[in-house]
Amino acid sequence: MSTDPAVEVRGLVKRYGSKTAVNGLDLSVATGTVTAVLGPNGAGKTTTVETCEGYRRADAGTVRVLGLDPVADAAKLRPRIGVMLQSGGVYSGARAEEMLRHMAKLHAHPLDVDALIERLGLESCGRTAYRRLSGGQQQRLSLAMAVIGRPELVFLDEPTAGLDPQARRSTWDLVRELRTDGVTVVLTTHFMDEAEQLADDVAIFDAGRVIAQGTPEALCRGGAENTLRFTGRPGLDLGSLLKALPDGSAAAELTSGAYRITGHIDPQLLATVTSWCAQHGVMPDGIAVERHTLEDVYLELTGKELRA
Amino acid sequence: MSASTYTPAPGAAPLPRMIVAQASFETKMLLRNGEQLLLTVIIPSLLLVLFSSIDVVDTGSGKSVDFLAPGILALAVMSTAFTGQAIATGFERRYGVLKRLGASPLPRWALMTAKTLAVLVTEVLQIALLTVIALALGWSPHGNPAAVFLLIVLGTAAFSGLGLLMAGTLKAEATLAAANLVFLLFLVAGGVIVPMDKFPGGVQSVLNLLPISALSDGLRDVLQHGASMPWGDLGILAVWAVLGLGAAARFFRWE
Repeated sequence: MSTDPAVEVRGLVKRYGSKTAVNGLDLSVATGTVTAVLGPNGAGKTTTVETCEGYRRADAGTVRVLGLDPVADAAKLRPRIGVMLQSGGVYSGARAEEMLRHMAKLHAHPLDVDALIERLGLESCGRTAYRRLSGGQQQRLSLAMAVIGRPELVFLDEPTAGLDPQARRSTWDLVRELRTDGVTVVLTTHFMDEAEQLADDVAIFDAGRVIAQGTPEALCRGGAENTLRFTGRPGLDLGSLLKALPDGSAAAELTSGAYRITGHIDPQLLATVTSWCAQHGVMPDGIAVERHTLEDVYLELTGKELRA
Repeated sequence: MSASTYTPAPGAAPLPRMIVAQASFETKMLLRNGEQLLLTVIIPSLLLVLFSSIDVVDTGSGKSVDFLAPGILALAVMSTAFTGQAIATGFERRYGVLKRLGASPLPRWALMTAKTLAVLVTEVLQIALLTVIALALGWSPHGNPAAVFLLIVLGTAAFSGLGLLMAGTLKAEATLAAANLVFLLFLVAGGVIVPMDKFPGGVQSVLNLLPISALSDGLRDVLQHGASMPWGDLGILAVWAVLGLGAAARFFRWE
């Protein structure tokens, strides 16, 4: 497997009229990984992905996908990538199965159509016209069309939007299987848990830039602070406690006897707190460490509700 | 599915295979669509039968089917190359089909080639059916088959250019409305079933420049009057083809 990144975006700028959709964006996707692109609506997720797919021409910056320029080398690139659009992409009168069979014919070594239909639970609607499929079935057909040509790299634009929980799990499983078999996956999503479950790497977009990128664990560790809570006797001398804690920590009595410590919460800090309590004859009750979730990090960074 | 099912093995199918697959898929979609069949098969067949058997319009001397059949063939070409193609392509653009195919291994020019092949296959089926009906009604065609072929090819190019220009620039609903309106206007004013000499002289000279008039007049010159090569009409169609296809290539938007 190549060690060059599958996608390398540097200083991408894309304007629509006077509106700047993407504003000097950098993004790198390692080969063989799953990268989740998170961000509020209008953050530039789809514009960036569609620039990588060759649909849009960058106003500034460089975009390399599998080492190729998506516009200039489109003919070479297209057979190697799989694309799932946010919606549509199918003849309204086409049946699910024949559409997939047709897409298979455009590729040199496609997957087995019947097996893929079974894998995605589309057997019951193989003879149904696209416009009569449910939203979830349309999504799954679109996903099938993205992988049918056995691409090296797939772009999935909100692959689980509108799916019921079961179909969502099945899509997640497919993404994991793709990764196991060496396919690089770039997906955009509004769902934190999806990013946490699937992604090796998460890129958080806001206002046309990547404001944070890293593994879900690293993002949760850095940036946002964690919290330790306990209850004890009211009116403890927090000044004395703070002296014992590392710099950058904060302590507060939220309500009578309910204490909150924020900062870099590690085993050492927990030990410091409990030994300080022991020295002061305090029995700390209900000690709880709250790890920040990706959602907290996201909200802190973007200041926006996820489904805004 | 077994392990390593998805192991990458990318690659485009050979070009001829892609084009044949795309053309047969497009043809299948066209023939399956009920509204399209109404335009391309039912309306031309009904008009041919109706106006040949009942003397609604004075079609001049001779059997009325000899006058009508060439006009109806022109109508059939227009219904597929212009109206049907404009509506279908307009909705494919609206539903992201053109966009999605743009990310497939199929090059754009190959998609357009496939669409043209689908139109030609449909026309062959239409012409075969209408010829059988016309012959049953006592039609006796004359003339040079090469001239007929050339007229139909140029007519198809002219109408395709105009249809694609509409589909690639207007909203799908606007294309639907406009393509049907043009179909109706051209049916009445393009020498399809109403002889051009029913219109006042000044109007007539303008109407004669329409692609539908050139096609129906040219086909009539050959099939009814035995002309060898109607150069004037072929010239008008060629100009429309260059203008229409040129403008479509310039202004067509894929999304």
